[in-house]
Amino acid sequence: MSSSSRPLSPHIQIYKPQLTSVLSIAHRATGIFLCLGAVVFAWWVTALSIGPEAFETVRGALGSWLGTLFLIGWTFSFFFHLCNGIRHLFWDAGRGFEIRTAYASGKAVLAASIAMTLIAIAFAFAM
Amino acid sequence: MARLTLPPNSRIDSGKTWRASSGAGTVRRFVVYRWNPDDGRNPRTDTYEVDLDNCGPMVLDALIAIKTELDSTLTFRRSCREGVCGSCAMNIGGVNSLACTFPIRDVKGDVSIYPLPHLPVVKDLVPDMKQFYAQYASIKPWMRAVTPPPPDRERLQSPEDRDRLDGLYECILCACCSTSCPSYWWNGDRYLGPAALLQAYRWIADSRDEYSGERLDDLEDPFRLYRCHTIMNCTRACPKGLNPAKAIAEIKKMMVVRQL
Repeated sequence: MSSSSRPLSPHIQIYKPQLTSVLSIAHRATGIFLCLGAVVFAWWVTALSIGPEAFETVRGALGSWLGTLFLIGWTFSFFFHLCNGIRHLFWDAGRGFEIRTAYASGKAVLAASIAMTLIAIAFAFAM
Repeated sequence: MARLTLPPNSRIDSGKTWRASSGAGTVRRFVVYRWNPDDGRNPRTDTYEVDLDNCGPMVLDALIAIKTELDSTLTFRRSCREGVCGSCAMNIGGVNSLACTFPIRDVKGDVSIYPLPHLPVVKDLVPDMKQFYAQYASIKPWMRAVTPPPPDRERLQSPEDRDRLDGLYECILCACCSTSCPSYWWNGDRYLGPAALLQAYRWIADSRDEYSGERLDDLEDPFRLYRCHTIMNCTRACPKGLNPAKAIAEIKKMMVVRQL
């Protein structure tokens, strides 16, 4: 029989997610989400240069509950992408490849990015 | 490119259940992937009830019990039953491993068993490994040297140089690592995968091999080497406790160092 008629064995449907693989795809997802955030940031800065009316429009959009939710999302994405990027730098230097270390550094990245997000939110609402 | 869904001929139907005999003691359910090339139907999963009181401790023992007592048509590869040959590599409870060294008690609930992921299936748990072996051959897994060996003895190596091969030479080419890697799933036609790259590094790291430069030249490619994104499924899966992710990082480091 021709080999092309053979079925493909299941892959992502059955493979168990693990901390390292979940953080890896999260790194990519937050990177893509931050690109979108960069556009919104540019929109905000442009409005600032156009004048008070345009700036108020952007402020209104970002100050709505949906806007706030997105801003919190971008804040977390920023800190996660930053911390995990530092983790990648250690890997690039050939360090931290033991499974135990990779899990510990993954948990540290998660904890640090959540903590930094909370601090940033606290600062933002205090202002 | 990443294709997240299975092609229509690969979608999995539910199959039948094979009950244990009434006198069975501790019963465990094994959900096993089946595909028969001769009946023209889609793959399915059959459920087998195995009496653990009359079965060895490993997943391979259960598969052999199923084949002997319940369903002789179940097809799988096995040979050494002690983790040396690599034949019985498969996906057990969602993680790639060797059935012969994987204890049944390490899986919670029903034990799901699939062939190694993202490979063409020959029958049941037997995948087609042609591409995997071709990629291994492509890294020229033998010692290459221009200097002729000494006439009166073999090529010598210091104990320190020999130590650098530990954690590399033990690979049994079972393909657990390569077929656990999402990058290899999406780009397996161009990315060499963890197993072939670990072996490439095994020869680069060998003090007697004189072709390190050429070996690095062959790997310097956006796909062959650099599709590794340090996902680490490979290292977690390796049934021999080796670290392909680290070996790949060492190759990437050498690529940078030789530019300086």
